[in-house]
Amino acid sequence: MGTFIQLVIDGLSTGSIYAALALAIVLVNQATGLVNFAQGGMAVLSAYIAWWFTGLGVPLILAILLSVAASFVFGALIERYLMRRFERGDPDTAVVVTIGLLTLITGLCGWLWTYNNQQFASLFSLDTVSVLGASVSIRSIGTIVVIVVMMGLLQALFIGTKLGLALRAVAVNPQSAAFSGLPVGRLLMVGWGLSAVLGAVAGALVAPQLSLTPGMMDNALVYALAAVILGGMSSPIGVVVAAWLIGVLENLAAVYVPFIGYDLKVAVPFILIFVVLIVRPQGLFGRKSVVRV
Amino acid sequence: MPLLELEDVTAFYGPVQVLDGVSLTVPEGGAVGILGANGAGKTTTLRSISGTVRAGGRITFDGSSIRGLRPERVAALGIAHVPEGRGTLGDLTVRENLRVGAYMRHDHKAIARDIDYCLDLFPQLQDRIRSNASALSGGEQQMLAVGRAIMAKPRLMLLDEASLGLAPGTAKTVYQAIRRLRRESGIAMVVVEQNANLAFTLVDSATVLETGRNALSGTTAELKGMDEIRRAYLGG
Repeated sequence: MGTFIQLVIDGLSTGSIYAALALAIVLVNQATGLVNFAQGGMAVLSAYIAWWFTGLGVPLILAILLSVAASFVFGALIERYLMRRFERGDPDTAVVVTIGLLTLITGLCGWLWTYNNQQFASLFSLDTVSVLGASVSIRSIGTIVVIVVMMGLLQALFIGTKLGLALRAVAVNPQSAAFSGLPVGRLLMVGWGLSAVLGAVAGALVAPQLSLTPGMMDNALVYALAAVILGGMSSPIGVVVAAWLIGVLENLAAVYVPFIGYDLKVAVPFILIFVVLIVRPQGLFGRKSVVRV
Repeated sequence: MPLLELEDVTAFYGPVQVLDGVSLTVPEGGAVGILGANGAGKTTTLRSISGTVRAGGRITFDGSSIRGLRPERVAALGIAHVPEGRGTLGDLTVRENLRVGAYMRHDHKAIARDIDYCLDLFPQLQDRIRSNASALSGGEQQMLAVGRAIMAKPRLMLLDEASLGLAPGTAKTVYQAIRRLRRESGIAMVVVEQNANLAFTLVDSATVLETGRNALSGTTAELKGMDEIRRAYLGG
């Protein structure tokens, strides 16, 4: 029983990192209708910025906050000076541009800070506490709490605020939204900026566990996309639950299903995706888009 | 001083000239129709006003030039464009669409009152208030589009083919509600319409466009009396 609980909580903790990235992807998608593949690369850059600040002697929490602020500006600038050129065209082109951006940022990080592993201090202590007979690290619990808070804030933003409503309106139909006076360009910049902030948090959570490298987020990005598909693009709570599900199932399958083991556990989320796409194409929690003809 | 004045307005789609000197005057609280065949430039005239197409010539609203302003700036001045194809926000609910319409306003109590007004004007929307706009019927979407424009509290509304694709009975209901809106709110209107009979129930005067130019203009009564209007647009 102790092992089981430990596996579940560790799974929730890894799932939380996928969730942070997945939330960033959902945010950009809700605001622009695009899937931003560069989200992982942007998160890595944010983590390097925080790491660079700690190297200057800035305390960790302050360094992360500074990187969060820098990431907001960076995200907004990417929208303004790169993505906007592709907004009116084919959405597929814009998605390919984000893939190019991912490669570019990864290369840039490697060029600036080398491809060697860098040590990134953890925000949370590695001490363990006993939960129902299992020993669980404070870091795992802290990671989970951070994600729950972010999910709540994002859900509140989309559903409960004028800004969130405006972001969604612009995503559905920018031109029509402008007829109601919505400042489309500025809203798109805010959407990209906020998603970069979520990525920065994901980066700061993952860097201490995997150690900082330019490709640190590559795996997490794949899992995050899986969570987005599972949870449904329109639901922040849905993608977080899906990310947790992936983290937990992956851990449990590795231990309890001998056939899968640690080598095949990466396949678990994809089997889940296949099943969900066949049974519920809008995702577990997504709203079905109904179009009347 | 008229509320809206277009003088010698020109517009191009690529190399194709769509507007070739259109003029239009809308007095405060007035309603002016734009009639004409497909491709005559009716929709483009509205788009040149709302800033969604680049135009030449003179376009003034309330005494100052609005030509070249971006759509959101034009909207902020008090012009609400109800576009062809309705432009409702499909993934948002009916209530959310109405709230988007009120984006520029901060008077929360009045916004709630105006939502109630829209639902009173279009009672069908009441039952669909939590539905996604994409799930509405064509008529309901048109009503929602007009409702969203009302929520902006505009001084001028641009209505593009509000009857397009609707069953005759539904089109009549929509126009009835718009007539009531005009009576009760005093919002000035530019009404683009293929169906001249419907347009004449709403507007005081109209202009007929032919290949991007004003071919005929007059009051509703004058136009109804003209043989060429009757033949071309009134079915008899």
